[in-house]
Amino acid sequence: MLYFSKLRIFFILFISLFFILIASSNLFKFDNSFLDKKINLGLDLQGGSYLLLEIDNNPLIEQKLQNLTTTIRNHFKEKNIKLRNLKLLNQKISFSVDENSKLVILNEFNNQESDFNPYYQRFKSHQLDLVEENNIFYVSYSEQGIIQLKISSQDQALEIIRRRIDEIGTNEPNILKRGNDRVLVELPGLDDPMRIKTLLGKTANLTFRFITNDDEDSFGTEKLMFEDDSGGAIVSKRIILSGDNLLDAQPRMNNETNETVVSFNLDRVGAKRFGKATSTGIGKKLAIVLDGKIISAPVIRDTIASGSGQISGGFTFQSATDLALLLRSGALPAPLNIIEERTVGPDLGQDSINAGMIALAIGFLLVIIFIFVKYRIFGLITNITLIVNLFLLIGILTIFEATLTLPGIAGIILTVGMAVDANVLIFERIKEELKDEKNNLIAFDSGYTKSRTAILDANITTLLAAVILFFMGSGPIKGFSLTLGVGIFTTLFSVYFVARLLTVLYVSKNKEKEGLI
Amino acid sequence: MIGFNKYYNQFNILSVTLVVISLTLLIFKGLNFGIDFKGGTLIELRSSDSKINVSSLRDNLNTMNLGDVSVKNFGNETDFLIKFENNDNKNTIEEIKINLDKSFGNKFDFRRVENVGPKVSAELLRSGVIAITVALILMLIYIWIRFEWQFSLGAILALFHDVIVTLGLFSLLGLEINLSIIAAVLTIVGYSMNDTVVIYDRVRENLRKYSDIKIYELTNISINETLSRTLITSITTLLALLSIFFFGGEILKGFSLAMIFGVVFGTYSSIYIANTILVRLKVSQRTVLREDEKN
Repeated sequence: MLYFSKLRIFFILFISLFFILIASSNLFKFDNSFLDKKINLGLDLQGGSYLLLEIDNNPLIEQKLQNLTTTIRNHFKEKNIKLRNLKLLNQKISFSVDENSKLVILNEFNNQESDFNPYYQRFKSHQLDLVEENNIFYVSYSEQGIIQLKISSQDQALEIIRRRIDEIGTNEPNILKRGNDRVLVELPGLDDPMRIKTLLGKTANLTFRFITNDDEDSFGTEKLMFEDDSGGAIVSKRIILSGDNLLDAQPRMNNETNETVVSFNLDRVGAKRFGKATSTGIGKKLAIVLDGKIISAPVIRDTIASGSGQISGGFTFQSATDLALLLRSGALPAPLNIIEERTVGPDLGQDSINAGMIALAIGFLLVIIFIFVKYRIFGLITNITLIVNLFLLIGILTIFEATLTLPGIAGIILTVGMAVDANVLIFERIKEELKDEKNNLIAFDSGYTKSRTAILDANITTLLAAVILFFMGSGPIKGFSLTLGVGIFTTLFSVYFVARLLTVLYVSKNKEKEGLI
Repeated sequence: MIGFNKYYNQFNILSVTLVVISLTLLIFKGLNFGIDFKGGTLIELRSSDSKINVSSLRDNLNTMNLGDVSVKNFGNETDFLIKFENNDNKNTIEEIKINLDKSFGNKFDFRRVENVGPKVSAELLRSGVIAITVALILMLIYIWIRFEWQFSLGAILALFHDVIVTLGLFSLLGLEINLSIIAAVLTIVGYSMNDTVVIYDRVRENLRKYSDIKIYELTNISINETLSRTLITSITTLLALLSIFFFGGEILKGFSLAMIFGVVFGTYSSIYIANTILVRLKVSQRTVLREDEKN
């Protein structure tokens, strides 16, 4: 079909101009909010840090089971059932009971409305599994229980991570869940992630506990080391205050001792407990424990009823600031491990942009020159098509504010190289048709028709590869598949609309000319 | 007309040899996996002092107990790439910074730091292998729907040839396999298929048109008819890739090199593998007409 209606010509022109305008909004600033869009630069181009964190839920599971052990003991004590050898080993609680109490135990655990084994209504499965083996009961988290625990700890961790990063004031961080025990953090523009890594690496579990010299503490004791490696001390397991009781924490300069300290304010419950503990414990040492290490253990001299206090521990101003930040933003539910890190400095990012742009310019120029030399007038048409194609591609990426990565730029350059394929297929076909067909118009028409299947086949295969890459790839590679995939559609549009319109215009003016192509 | 078909046998022997050599290399020498797939730490450094060289940097880092450290220039004399395997120390990078500052003065800019843990690298490797496998299967399905089985077999063998020989070359030259190489391999899969399909389209068209020409001749006619397209597209694609290789920066070197190999092999295989399979399977006009009747 060699006829283009006015409407269609208008449509082609409109689309082309629209995308040229959109694409150019990357270079100029538009007042119009719709036009004022920009392609996002990936971390590899603008510089920044990519951190993949994994939540180590084992300590959390351990701790929950520890609490559960106490709950189970108390629960069955009330029911006058004696549990023998109640212990926690390898994330399993085990105990044994008399033969006639077994039914009660089974009922308590597997009852649909069981109090300490909930969820049944929601998931048709209990939080805990109860197994009996050789007259010993084993209690452990069920599959559903583990999943729920992971999801909730991931939610909490995400919130705490967000607070900590916001406190530092990084611009536009991207914090996303991955799976059910990972969190992805993207920090654009950050070239030294050391501080954030240190801050995220701390669980920031703060407790105030008495140091005891005897083993007669009814809550049990444990030996903890001092932060500065100056030995250890026996600390009671009874927690007087925890980080949850803090309302605020700030680094301060203590004017008397000339030392940097972290001052804190407690909530009402915390203030009451702190007041009581300091009044009964005058003369005792109160250990301030952070993540299993004693920061300091001052001697209590007075009752502190104001609900505020200070933590000293040989801080520098930086470390006091960080500790205050950690205490303000709260404790992580479980420790985090950084399992993948990719940081690109802003210099390298800019170098990559420059190199990518130079490669694009040179690649584009080489292709254009080659095609022009090969096809002359039709080369010119192909080249115009190619330019429109490039604007369409960049325009679409801009409209969706897609993320451009270095491999993404490679994808654009590759698209330039491969986009001429469709036009070449058509032109070569027209050449062949012209050998037998004297009528230029008919030869052109059948050239387009007969090359269509080959063009579609060729583009579908590339598209398949791009789609797989998009779903399997990560980060920069996704950027490559995106430009490659979008490039296929823009290529087809520019070949079948723009190039075709131009060839039709040219051929209908030169109907009689011999050796046209 | 160029007589491509005169060399069908010779090039088939060459291809089989190349595939065997590549497979041998892949099995016995293996691939040089980068930290994406092996895990470990990579640091790209730029020094402001041209006197600092690879060996002085290596000597310095060797005092730090990092295990097997590899240090080499990256692009130019003042850029270095340091790689070492994972260790349990979380502050290694900070310690390297301090150590380098102490020994050389504040002369280094840490341009890039990548650290991939063992769990992540295993996952990346697995998803890379899955991606390539899924791509090959999808191509197989596509080609199976579009063409007769003889064509499908030819196209897939050409595809395997390209992927295996490209990876074999990477193994031979000891070039690093990282995430971008997986992207390159997948693009090669698409490109090789693309090239094969264009020639196959013509073979099938000619099979319908001429009943008296044997497949041996007919493939040659088809190759010749599509030859200028094959060459022009390969040339423009190679121009684009060479531009990335020479001007696109160090990071894209491996990717563009793999693609350049792939395009060359892809073009070669669509002529000398895809077509010879049709000849060997004695494809004739009946093959396509039978399929047409079914539809």
